[in-house]
Amino acid sequence: MTTKEIKILPIGKEGSGPDEYGYYGSFGGAYIPEMLFPNVEELKTRYLEIMAEPAFQNEFRTLLRDYVGRPTPLFFAERLSKQFNTRIYLKREDLCHTGAHKINNTVGQILLALRLGKKRIIAETGAGQHGVATATVCALKGIECVVYMGEKDIERQAPNVARMKMLGATVVPALSGSRTLKDATNEAIRAWINNPTDTHYIIGSVVGPHPYPDMVARFQSVISEEVRWQLLEQTGSELPSHMIACVGGGSNAAGAFYHFIHEQAVKLVAVEAAGHGINTGMSAATTQLGRSGILHGSKSLVMQTEDGQVTEPHSISAGLDYPGIGPLHAHLYESGRGTFLSVTDDDALRSAFEVSRLEGIIPALETAHAFSALKQLSLRTDNTVVVCLSGRGDKDLATYMKAMGV
Amino acid sequence: MKRLSQLFATKKQRILNVYCTAGYPELDSTLPVMKALEDQGADIIELGMPYSDPLADGPVIQESSLRAIENGMTIATLFNQLSTMRTGDAAGTGKITIPVILMGYMNPVLQYGFERFCEKAAEVGIDGLILPDLPMHEYETIYGPTIRKFGLDLVFLVTPETGEQRIRRIDALSSGFLYAVSSSSTTGSNKNIGDQEAYFQKLQSMQLQNPVLVGFGIKDKSTFDAACKYTNGAIIGSAYIKALEHSTDVAGTTKSFLSNIIAQ
Repeated sequence: MTTKEIKILPIGKEGSGPDEYGYYGSFGGAYIPEMLFPNVEELKTRYLEIMAEPAFQNEFRTLLRDYVGRPTPLFFAERLSKQFNTRIYLKREDLCHTGAHKINNTVGQILLALRLGKKRIIAETGAGQHGVATATVCALKGIECVVYMGEKDIERQAPNVARMKMLGATVVPALSGSRTLKDATNEAIRAWINNPTDTHYIIGSVVGPHPYPDMVARFQSVISEEVRWQLLEQTGSELPSHMIACVGGGSNAAGAFYHFIHEQAVKLVAVEAAGHGINTGMSAATTQLGRSGILHGSKSLVMQTEDGQVTEPHSISAGLDYPGIGPLHAHLYESGRGTFLSVTDDDALRSAFEVSRLEGIIPALETAHAFSALKQLSLRTDNTVVVCLSGRGDKDLATYMKAMGV
Repeated sequence: MKRLSQLFATKKQRILNVYCTAGYPELDSTLPVMKALEDQGADIIELGMPYSDPLADGPVIQESSLRAIENGMTIATLFNQLSTMRTGDAAGTGKITIPVILMGYMNPVLQYGFERFCEKAAEVGIDGLILPDLPMHEYETIYGPTIRKFGLDLVFLVTPETGEQRIRRIDALSSGFLYAVSSSSTTGSNKNIGDQEAYFQKLQSMQLQNPVLVGFGIKDKSTFDAACKYTNGAIIGSAYIKALEHSTDVAGTTKSFLSNIIAQ
């Protein structure tokens, strides 16, 4: 089975894309200093046209199939279904090369960067998953790669730092601010300002100035595109009753929701990290704690002080540890189209162990949040629930070992 | 007549605009630093409102912003401090008479309330705004009318990568002056501004409606002189912030820093 042609939805149509200025409802836009304008404008005027080229589509889809390993399976999780007395399917993004959905986007963006004549790639990373996915495609294409990573995250995520270096990337510590993902993103943007002509910035999530949220969502939309035909094959219907995905910036959720956003019958469930609990001051549940604001070049919901200083979030999962959320998700939240739930560190850990034993799949801590949300939903026996299993848990083994006391 | 247009009507060359971060090095340093700048020959003060995530700024100004936030600086606190800016205060700091521009990122301004911000700025005697992450489209459709309603100038940025047509459009939307970023960089960069002569010449030959001040990478007399050769003046930021970092005598530090630069 080959993947079907990826649909390029026109901007502003079918509810999945933003308007021409990058707005999803009141969120989005491109709040960038003039120094970034030429780069962002070049992307904005060319990304749709490049993505629509048959040669691009062919190369993209061939790499997704032969290098990434797509289509990823849609797996009926029998024992998990029995536990929740419903039908649960797992979209196995954990089986992608490098262990998570992140590579769908980096494959797309590296091909785009090469068509724009760029000679160098920069990226930000938190836990290191997007950094590894970027370093991987840069090695594949023989292009220089520099990854910005918060100094604190470099200390916490040594194996991924080693993977990036082994793949030939340079890892630059972000020493500013809180020295985590938010600041790594600032540093990557500053590096782009300082290298405006030969460098492309591969953002890892559906955040950043327009057109990034839309571009990344389109590259990740292969997830929901496959789910539609896989569900049709397995159940006779293209539409699930629920599509569940975890949300940090929101790229796997954007990909999982994309081809269902205009299907009102599908309940879109986005799961945020509550950390120690929403009101403990140690949380990353942006829709619950954030207000409309501007971060990293777009208007969205942002966790911040009354005075508008961006605050440091907390989650046990580095991939969800971000004080913002993509503007598409802020719009899904504000419009009521999306259902936003949150799951604490402890509940996520518990679910990681339950799923491991029930299905023989050790999920990433991020994904464990999505699984835990199953407990908060009222599910019926005739529901068809899809959980986006965004990544595998190898990277989180140290946390899991600590939880097991080994 | 507005302070900025008055300045540019009487002085055409070697206009010195100095940036300082509000609430830096100490929370109460804002007015004394501004006063020292006026006394030592600055023509314009660009007063930075600290933000946790300043995308266009290099390490020196980031660090000063972080310190100012830790010192407790907020927009509300700043407006309190500035309420005596044009009259002089009880502590004996004299009044500021030169133009003062507020520079800051959109997020804190939006949280304060954009209209309330402009109203308060005008009330305390601010002359203009630099909001580097305010896009032209949003300026034209949402924020521009509010800025103009309170009589504030809005200074836009252009860079060496900005095309001629766009420079003209930005010039048409700007008032006060045009901020020419010297090179593709964040503030405080070490890129050589001597390499940018062609760019400055281009700006000069375009006969723009606004005066042009060059910023980013201006740190001493030679860079100031180079920037002033084809434009109306320049903006110094990081180098002055660095000078203030360990200063115990703001007036003395400012005097020695500026006297060297201003000397013809």
